[in-house]
Amino acid sequence: MTTVALKPATMAQALTRAMRDAMATDPAVHVMGEDVGTLGGVFRVTDGLAKEFGEDRCTDTPLAEAGILGAAVGMAMYGLRPVVEMQFDAFAYPAFEQLISHVSRMRNRTRGAMPLPITVRVPYGGGIGGVEHHSDSSEAYYMATPGLHVVTPATVADAYGLLRAAIASDDPVVFLEPKRLYWSKDSWNPDEPPAVEPIGRAVVRRPGRSATLITYGPSLPVCLEAARAAESEGWDLEVVDLRSLVPFDDETVCASVRRTGRALVVHESGGYGGPGGEIAARVTERCFHHLEAPVLRVAGFDIPYPPPMLERHHLPGVDRVLDAVGRLQWEAER
Amino acid sequence: MTVMEQRGAYRPTPPPAWQPRTDPAPLLPDAAPYRVLGTEAAAQADPGLLRRLYAQLVRGRRYNVQATALTKQGRLAVYPSSVGQEACEVAAALVLEDRDWLFPSYRDTLAVVARGVDPVQALTLLRGDWHTGYNPREHRVAPLCTPLATQLPHAVGLAHAARLKGDDVVALAMVGDGGTSEGDFHEALNFAAVWQAPVVFLVQNNGFAISVPLAKQTAAPSLAHKAVGYGMPGRLVDGNDAVAMYDVLSDAVRHARAGGGPTLVEAVTYRVEAHTNADDDKRYRADSEVTAWREHDPIDLLEQELTARGLLDEDGIRAAREDAETLAADLRARMNQDPALDPMDLFAQVYAEPTPQLREQRAQLRAELAAEAEGTH
Ligand SMILES: Cc1ncc(C[n+]2csc(CCOP(=O)(O)OP(=O)(O)O)c2C)c(N)n1
Repeated sequence: MTTVALKPATMAQALTRAMRDAMATDPAVHVMGEDVGTLGGVFRVTDGLAKEFGEDRCTDTPLAEAGILGAAVGMAMYGLRPVVEMQFDAFAYPAFEQLISHVSRMRNRTRGAMPLPITVRVPYGGGIGGVEHHSDSSEAYYMATPGLHVVTPATVADAYGLLRAAIASDDPVVFLEPKRLYWSKDSWNPDEPPAVEPIGRAVVRRPGRSATLITYGPSLPVCLEAARAAESEGWDLEVVDLRSLVPFDDETVCASVRRTGRALVVHESGGYGGPGGEIAARVTERCFHHLEAPVLRVAGFDIPYPPPMLERHHLPGVDRVLDAVGRLQWEAER
Repeated sequence: MTVMEQRGAYRPTPPPAWQPRTDPAPLLPDAAPYRVLGTEAAAQADPGLLRRLYAQLVRGRRYNVQATALTKQGRLAVYPSSVGQEACEVAAALVLEDRDWLFPSYRDTLAVVARGVDPVQALTLLRGDWHTGYNPREHRVAPLCTPLATQLPHAVGLAHAARLKGDDVVALAMVGDGGTSEGDFHEALNFAAVWQAPVVFLVQNNGFAISVPLAKQTAAPSLAHKAVGYGMPGRLVDGNDAVAMYDVLSDAVRHARAGGGPTLVEAVTYRVEAHTNADDDKRYRADSEVTAWREHDPIDLLEQELTARGLLDEDGIRAAREDAETLAADLRARMNQDPALDPMDLFAQVYAEPTPQLREQRAQLRAELAAEAEGTH
């Protein structure tokens, strides 16, 4: 066996590479958004694409999210595959009209005649010390809209594999990029990028027997760390990374919960009306007789995202996860 | 039959007496930005006003420099500098009466301070200890607004409400050149014109929206031209000429107060520093362009006028700088103290009455903090 030289890549670089490879493979793929061209995006995720493919394929648009996504609809109607960048989570809101009224339902309202292969990339979540409107977790809004895929990678390899799959998808995909993981690193063989992951499959990131932590995106590293810390307490935690919120992989999640008998959902968006409620309900419906404790949730507080100096109190950290794991045990003994 | 022929057959005849409702000519901006400094008109300017503007410009510049320095020390999360744009910022604040309202965007801290808000309170958004540090009602200054152009419809609504109540209040709303592309900009202008609301829209065209130059933002001859389509006058002004800025904005405010409706003012200026301290402007523009604009500096322009007219000498310049130094020293000293933060404030103002869920979460955090204090975590 020959050893290949592995190179470290950040999640941001993996995303760039995914777009570059998709653009090189398929001339219909167009990237557009605010500052994506010359600047390469404020997070540099589109760095170099304009230079390599020209400004017609990687376009700095006027500053108008509704216009960007609305134009993407028209481009997709004419056979292109737009990949749209929304600069920050909260700045995607002007585009909601287009997303909810058109992007999500064009296939349905045209009886399948006009699917829209649009990828909407949204950097989301907190933990980077951003000022107001730069840290929202907006996944619940997207999940509540039928017709959209909602995907969020937590590893460098998934960033590549899932973005390739999203761009290749004939349906619209809201691709949520956990911005605090943009600079997380992993090593890969640059000649052979990671596999393209089908959308809709969760993975077990860490096997365990005591309880299942169900999580995604920015909270995955928190859960893995909690699982390591929990070992000393004698808890052997399994960690499931959802990767895709829509469609939802009931099979992987429920198989895990049936094995462990206990489940905890962890995410940083608010708990009330948040993704965890849906997930907990599904798990309860399907695994009731295997559960030894109610499915618990650890989430951000139900407040507008706080200013940076207070965000550490809001974001679910390892301690909060471990406390909840403790309650899972207690509930079982009651 | 071709489509065109069909269309021809069915084309409705225009009403015989169709007239444009407004002659667009008086609404159109001048071809070149309005300037006072360096022209003969400058001699007419009130010396008191010139001195006031000068003092504020010098303070404003010093404030910008100090705030940028605070980012380097980690005292501010981020600072979008308005160096080079001080004339716009200062004029926007000075043309308003106490009862009027200012609707700033995130770059307009300086206008907020010039309006009388405590400099430290004006910076809480950018420092990161709270989103808005001042009481908007107290100073009639809306919160610094980060989502672009969303403050503009608010300004229209407020001005309209004041009018409905019979108050002669004017709202002045600020937006960048990039922000004029947002739907909210168009909707705000249209509402203002239809309602004849007493609003002044001030566009600071500083050349760029982060990395995107104006040419990629709009194909209009000028941003001020956009006014005409809505039925309001557009004015084009040199944004580095404090006197011209003051003239044009106070005209617009007077016009609005007298019931004449909204005006769109485009200030042609330049963002001489990067978008924020986190931005790398080398990626999208040449140094030579920045240098050329630095030579058209708002403080220099006014200083030359004042000195030429004998209204300012070395002592006057020194006094203005000392005053600005005092401001900066005070800002530095107060920003270098850690803000007193209570994590419980997270739950304090979400609703008038906290929900049961928030009470629960508040109790959870209180317990966590107590455990943290005891070192059990
Ligand atoms: C709705 C919305 N979209 C995107 C952004 C991100 N963003 C912040 S500032 C900026 C550029 C603004 O340019 P301009 O309006 O010209 O104002 P300037 O920064 O030049 O003062 C962008 C795109 C935002 N704040 N709000």
